[in-house]
Amino acid sequence: MTEWQLALDSFWPLFWGGISGTIPLAVASFALGLVLALGVALMRISRNRVLSGIARFYISVIRGTPLLVQLFVIFYGMPSIGITIDPWPSAIIAFSLNVGGYAAEVIRAAILSVPKGQWEAGFTIGMSPGTTLVRLILPQAARVSVPPLSNTFISLVKDTSLASLILVTEMFRVAQEIAAFSREFLLIYIEAALIYWLFCLVLSSGQNLIEKRLDRYVAH
Amino acid sequence: MSPTDADPLAPIAAPDDSVLLTARGIRKSFGDNEVLRSIDLEVRRGEVVVLIGPSGSGKTTVLRSLNGLETPGGGTIEFADGPVLDFAKPITKAQRYALRDRSAMVFQQHNLFPHMTVLQNVIEGPIRVQRVPKAQAIAEASALLDRVGLAEKRDAYPFELSGGQQQRVGIVRALALKPQVLLFDEPTSALDPELVGEVLQVIKELADEGWTMVVVTHELSFARQAADEVLFMDGGVVVERGEPGTIFTNPTHERTRRFLDRILRPLEDGGEAPPVE
Repeated sequence: MTEWQLALDSFWPLFWGGISGTIPLAVASFALGLVLALGVALMRISRNRVLSGIARFYISVIRGTPLLVQLFVIFYGMPSIGITIDPWPSAIIAFSLNVGGYAAEVIRAAILSVPKGQWEAGFTIGMSPGTTLVRLILPQAARVSVPPLSNTFISLVKDTSLASLILVTEMFRVAQEIAAFSREFLLIYIEAALIYWLFCLVLSSGQNLIEKRLDRYVAH
Repeated sequence: MSPTDADPLAPIAAPDDSVLLTARGIRKSFGDNEVLRSIDLEVRRGEVVVLIGPSGSGKTTVLRSLNGLETPGGGTIEFADGPVLDFAKPITKAQRYALRDRSAMVFQQHNLFPHMTVLQNVIEGPIRVQRVPKAQAIAEASALLDRVGLAEKRDAYPFELSGGQQQRVGIVRALALKPQVLLFDEPTSALDPELVGEVLQVIKELADEGWTMVVVTHELSFARQAADEVLFMDGGVVVERGEPGTIFTNPTHERTRRFLDRILRPLEDGGEAPPVE
């Protein structure tokens, strides 16, 4: 079997590993992570010292420890205290918690970047703080936070390769299996790298589309 | 005249000269800085009260207190048909909303919602807060926009408008809430000089229609033409109050006189123009 033949034959298994493993893992974790991050950002902004203290502590722990360690604590560590979680849920939990920590700071900064006058304009038309946040502040914060959140998401897509270490079948795990079987390590890992890159190119163009859409109400 | 024939700019209730809004002994400090020391204010229905005074005199803080954007440290605010807010005690949410239901603010920096079109800006309050049916809110907003000459801008975003147009939308957004009193916080201070007139014109028209309003402004000619009562504030107190004719032509207090001199004859103050760099 020639190397080119191997590259062709392994493309679909790898690509499929990305479509059925990498992407769903990244999308699910990012969605959950964003919800978490919004809550943490609001806690962090809150004047309640207990809430903002908890948020601060959470962000500090997430950002101060390696993602791989977080993943191992959940998958290999928790069974020691009687909590056994399957590979997929473990990965989603770990990645969501991780995104929650990083994206919380992005969202917090974006919310604070909206001028105070926008809150007051909401209040003066009789809105509650909650309605003002949802209708006026978050839509404006969204525009500011798309570029940094896209960064977080693209990092996450690549970081899902760590899930191969807790037995989740995603693209990199498929690559490892093919490489071990064929002994063509360089070829297979470069091929996997190219497919990750391809995914990220598609995601970047998606980011551009979203930015364009959200930029329609600002002067250029 | 049926409501549909009415001028959209006309206030809901006809002015009847009864007291609408009373503020007594309003005090406010920011840290050690005492910005208001016992302000009394009474606004009658249909009356235009203008607050003038040097910056830092507390005019804006008075206005913001009336809208519940600032919480005074003491004193009372009361609308004729609403609860008495006693700031010696903590203010409840319901009390704060009671103020906001009855007043609407026009900001110096307009504070339009940049992500919404002109029309969406205007109908947001009626639809989301007052639960007005959408079709009705749009009809009313369109009539108001038409009346201030912005009918063709209803689908534009705020950044596509001139400063004067933005501020007129800000005024329409406040009007659409049908408040009992309109509060203007230096509505023309952020505008280029040539745009001031179109905004003052709208405010003057509203005054002529019988709207009750409290206006903080540096536009003395506007105050002279539109005000029923002028309050001159300095250092957190009302130094002098009265009809514009009296205040402007024959002020009782030296501080008022000096302030008016500085505004009306800026170059003659001290006999020397400020250095030009």
